[in-house]
Parts: sequence; structure tokens; C-alpha cells
Amino acid sequence: MKNRWIALYVENEVGVLAKVSGLFSGKSYNLQSLTVGTTEDETVSRMTICVASDDITFEQIKKQLNRMVEVIKVIDLTNVQMHMKEILFAKITHCTKADQAELFQIAQAFKVEVADMGKDSVLLECKLTERRNNDLIALLKSRFKNIEVVRGGAVAIESISTSCR
Amino acid sequence: MDITGRKLFVRALLEEGVDTIFGYPGGMVTDIMDELYKQEDIRLILPRHEQALIHEAEGYAKSTGKVGVCLVTSGPGATNTITGLADAHYDNIPLVCFTGQVPLNLIGNDAFQEVDIVGMTRSITKYGVTVRDRKDLGKIIKMAFYIAKTGKPGPVLVDIPKDIQIQSGDSKYPQTISIRGYKPNEGVHIGQLKKAYKLLKSAEKPLILAGGGILLGRAQKELKTLVETMRIPVVTTVMGKGALPADHPFYIGNSGMHGKYAANIAVSECDVLFSIGTRFNDRITGDLNEFAPHAKIVHIDIDTASISRNVVVDVPIVADAKLALSKLNEWAEAKDTRHWMAQIHQWNNENPLEMRRDKGMTPQMIMEAINEEFDSCVITTDVGQHQMWAAQYLEMNEKKQFITSGGLGTMGFGFPAAIGAKIGNPDKPVICITGDGGFQMNMQEMVTSVAEGAPVIICLLNNQYLGMVRQMQQLFYGKRYEATCLRKRAACPANCKGKNKDCPPYLPDFMQFAKAYGAHGIRVENEKEIAAALKEARTYTDAPTIIEFIISSDEIVLPMVQGGNPMSNMILK
Repeated sequence: MKNRWIALYVENEVGVLAKVSGLFSGKSYNLQSLTVGTTEDETVSRMTICVASDDITFEQIKKQLNRMVEVIKVIDLTNVQMHMKEILFAKITHCTKADQAELFQIAQAFKVEVADMGKDSVLLECKLTERRNNDLIALLKSRFKNIEVVRGGAVAIESISTSCR
Repeated sequence: MDITGRKLFVRALLEEGVDTIFGYPGGMVTDIMDELYKQEDIRLILPRHEQALIHEAEGYAKSTGKVGVCLVTSGPGATNTITGLADAHYDNIPLVCFTGQVPLNLIGNDAFQEVDIVGMTRSITKYGVTVRDRKDLGKIIKMAFYIAKTGKPGPVLVDIPKDIQIQSGDSKYPQTISIRGYKPNEGVHIGQLKKAYKLLKSAEKPLILAGGGILLGRAQKELKTLVETMRIPVVTTVMGKGALPADHPFYIGNSGMHGKYAANIAVSECDVLFSIGTRFNDRITGDLNEFAPHAKIVHIDIDTASISRNVVVDVPIVADAKLALSKLNEWAEAKDTRHWMAQIHQWNNENPLEMRRDKGMTPQMIMEAINEEFDSCVITTDVGQHQMWAAQYLEMNEKKQFITSGGLGTMGFGFPAAIGAKIGNPDKPVICITGDGGFQMNMQEMVTSVAEGAPVIICLLNNQYLGMVRQMQQLFYGKRYEATCLRKRAACPANCKGKNKDCPPYLPDFMQFAKAYGAHGIRVENEKEIAAALKEARTYTDAPTIIEFIISSDEIVLPMVQGGNPMSNMILK
């Protein structure tokens, strides 16, 4: 079992998200994250899907996605150079001055932005890889009690190929 | 000139060459029904329940090769088709099911008879969509027929809100369609096919496993040519029954859970398993680790997702069966398989498929009589013991077609499917082999059979039990016959161990039932009466006939492989 990545082009129509997510629940595939948004072509949506599976199951997942009428293209990003980021907001409240100072340090170390601040709170805006976001949450949880986190799920795109450089 | 949606609907059906549809009215399809009233080219069959309706469309589609068309109303009309959609999805039957829907502005309001049928059926249709804009109606219907019948066929659901049916719009029905996400495979990878041929050629114990894909792809002739040139023995799945004529010297029989001993041993012993159009369902493979343990496996299938799903194969080939086999036939050369064939014959002689003949009427005798009586026919079955006996003993060929619910195993399928087949093949005898359990699940269709002039012959094997489950209770559950005795009444003792002298009479009386519908009834209790009963039934062309065969409750389907066991581990006696 390891994490694998798929970029999925689908018709931008009612019910397609339900159909794709239904495949994962119906066939007991282990969905880690799924994000979706429109593309430069408004009739097409693009999903970034992360799934934990073995090799055989992953092959089957790609085939099952491919046979859906609404799926236009399945791209396996698992073993290609790609850029991948996940947006994450973390709000830490009931902070002391020392806490706030520490949060500024953490923001610097993780290269994330302090998006907002109150008299005893800090809001961090993070665009990191999923793994890096996991690390950040782990750290925040170990240091602070009052945390509110929202994650957007990862989006990914292939790197520009070397032949284009 | 603009026309209403309902007019375009009828025009679309005509353009698709539809001459028969299976429909049941209701509030959200009254406009379409009204439009159908005004024309004479499309015949509307009125079943008595939407579940039966869709099975009738399945039988019609399977027996004619055409797309089966259903038209039902919203809400319960739509939900009643769900079992049939799942059945058609499993067995790859091309259907287009139109459901009425409440007007667009009411969707989401929990309006009267509103259900999200597209949402409910997403995982059991090949494609499903609600028409949300009148201008898309023509395109969507075109897509529906195209998707249903191409590639690996299957059911498509088109949900049409009432206001779309009434609204005016474009009168044109598109002639062609291109769907960017749906490009059925039309070629075959020659390199892979060559690899497969090489394996087949060098094999000492080659075996062909033919599935339903041969019949769906109408590749029986190509298969026969390959088999005869290369002299390779063939086993079939239940869905593949008829892929090769039963009397063909290279045909061994069915493999799988209730397959022939020789067929299952051949699968376990072969060195190349050349499989075409099968999903390697658990009923075929048994314990996956022990399936064809000595074989290199070739798998030809039109559906990429069927390949290396259950069984990891050595040579995968995504292709239409007919195309791949005709290509192979260009290269095929004779092989010497005499030794291997002799071995298979020996296995068959050791454990032939046969029931005792010493006392009473056995299911085998009934199947043999059907084999003898009909040389050209369509035979449907329901699900259960009788289905397996039919799969074991019926002899199929080019002129005899076998239609059964293989994947979903839907009780209640057989009788309506037979009616649909008869409507599609009015000149052929259509026989429904069914059990007393399954027949009761859709026996209200007796009236459809009578009223629509579709006189099928119902061979009802009455053992007074839900036999397939009873068989499991008999073998594996200490004869605790819970919920399988169809004579049981409230007054019966709770822990009944089987039939005794105090048992209440069986209900219903199928002879009286036949009479109530103006149909014919023949009860057969003795093996000497079988042939005469079939002959008599053939003479009745005005109405259907029920032949009720009273068989022993103790008759079980053998051989049998218990679920999860290797195929070589068969219970023979």
C-alpha cells in the first residue's frame, strides 16, 4: 500500500463528482483526498485524486475510471515529476504573547504566511505539500491547545518536461 | 420548425429503428404515452409490473440483438426497474430505460413521485443522465443508444422531466455522435495476439474458456473455426453456454461451481488457458490461488477493466471477440492434441454428468426431453437449481439460444425474459425453465403473455422448496430448512426437519392459476409423461402453457464446489 496520484479530466456536469467518488466507496478503494475545479475549458473539470493502494488495485482503479463515459482522460502522476500543493488554514486562539512569537517563528521555518492576527490569535495560511502540512499540524498540536484547521486537499500538475526547457 | 420534446422522443425512437417498447404509464410519462397513441410504427407492450417490464426488455434485447427500450414513470416506476438495470449491467444487455421525472423546478422539493433515479442507479448503469435542457434531448437519446449497444453493452438510463417533454425546441435528431470520454475499442493489438497464438501453438494441454463475450460479440463461427483448425478443447461459463454447439467433439461442458468434472479438472490441469469474454467471476474460479495453477493465461476481452482484475493474466488482449478470433484464424495451424483430448475423455468417463434413472422423474430427464423436442428455440431460465440443471443438461447450438441471469442471479427473471424473447421471436418456440420459487416472483406476467400474444411454454420444476438454498441447508447446515419450505404455514412446527405426513397442501395450485388467466396447464408427475406434455404444449399457440413437473425435494445439483474452494475440490456424490 502506498499513496498514488491521479489527475482526472472529467465532463463538467451534474453528478460526475458523485459518480467518481461513488466508485471509490462502492468498490472499497481507499481514497485519501479528492479535489475538483474547472479548467481553462469550462466544460471540463479536473480532479486531483490521491489513493492508497497496492499495484493491482491501482491498475484496476485507473481502468474503472477510464471506462466511465464522463471521464475524458486519466493521468497517472505517481511516478512523474510534478508540482503538488495543498492549501491549509490554521487558526490558533487563546495565545499568549510568547505563543504568538513562537507561531511567527514556526511560520518562518515552514515558509507559510501569517494571514491574520488578533490580540490573542494567529491565522496561518499554508501552501505546502500534503506531507509538509501534516508535519505542521503535528507540530501545532504538540505546542497549542486551541487549533482550528481546514485543508483543501492537494492539487497537482506535471512539471514542465525537460524537452521544453 | 420547432417541435415538442415528446414529438422528438418518438422521432428519435423511429430513427433508432425501434419497433417495440416496454412501457408502463404514470403521471410523468403521460405526454409521451399520448404521443405514442398517435403513431402506429412502435408497438407498446404493457407488462403488469415495472420489474418484469425491464426483464422483458432484457429477454427481447438478448434474443434479437436489438436494444431493449423501457419507458416508465418517475418515482416507484423508476425504482421498480432497479433490479433489472443491475441485471442488465452485470450481463451486458443493451437497454435504454427512459424514466419520467417531475418538472425541473420541482426537482429537489420531494415532489410527489420524485426520486433521484440517476443517483440511485449510478453504479448499475453504463451511463445515466437527467435531461436538464430541451435542446440536449436529441443528443442525449442518440448518446444513450450509442453507449448501450457499443463496446461492452449495458443499460443506459435517461431521465426526462415532464416540462422537457412538453417544451418546444429543435426538431432534428442527430445522425452521428462523438463522445470525447467514450471511445469503444475497435482494433486489436497484433503483437499481443501473436504472443497469445505462440503460447497456444506451443501448448501441450491447451484449453479455451469461452464466456458470454463470444455470444455478445456473435463470434460463435469464428470460435468454431479456431477450435476445429487447432483442435483445442473448449469449456464454457454459464453465460458462454452455446458458444460452441453442445455436440461438438471438442466441447467438454461448463466449468465452475456446478460445472462438469472433466471441465473443471481440465482447467486445473491445462498449461495454456485461452479465455475469451469472461470476467473470471468467483463462480468460475473458486479459490483464486488454485485457479488454473499450471497455466499461462491469455485473456481476450472488450473491457479493459475485466482484464487482470480477478485473475492476473500473462497475455492481456483488449479486443472484440469476433475481431480477435478472425485475426487468429488467419494464422491458425493444426495441432496434435490427441493425447490431451484422450485424457479429458478419460476424466469425463470417470465422472460423467448424470443423474440416477432408477426411480422417478429427475430434472435431467426433463432437460433431455426438451433437447429432443425442440430443434430451434429460445430457452430462458430463472435462478436456482433448475437453472444449474438447465446449464448442465441442455444442449445448445446455433439454433438454440440460452438466456439466463448469470451475474446478478435475479429470481423472477426467467418468465418475463421469455415473454420478451417471444415478442422478439414470434415464430420460434420460447421455453422458460423455472422453479416454483422464482416463478412466483413475477407470475403476474401471465396476463402479459396472454394479452400480448406471446405464448411461451413454462416448464416449472416444482420441488416445493427454494431448492438451491435448501441444498446448502441439507449439505452444510444440518438440514435446518429455515425459510425455504414453500408449504410452510404459521401452524407448522418451528424446527421442521423436512417433509412429513402433516404438511399442508402446496399453494398456489398452478393449474388453477393457469386457468384463471385463460392459459393452459399440464401437470406431469411421471417421467413417461414428459415428452407428451411438451408436444401438447407446442400445439397451444393461443395462450401460454404451464407444464408443472412435480419433482423430488431431495434432488440436488451435483457436482458442486463449495464457495471459496479450489475447482478441483468437487463434491461429486
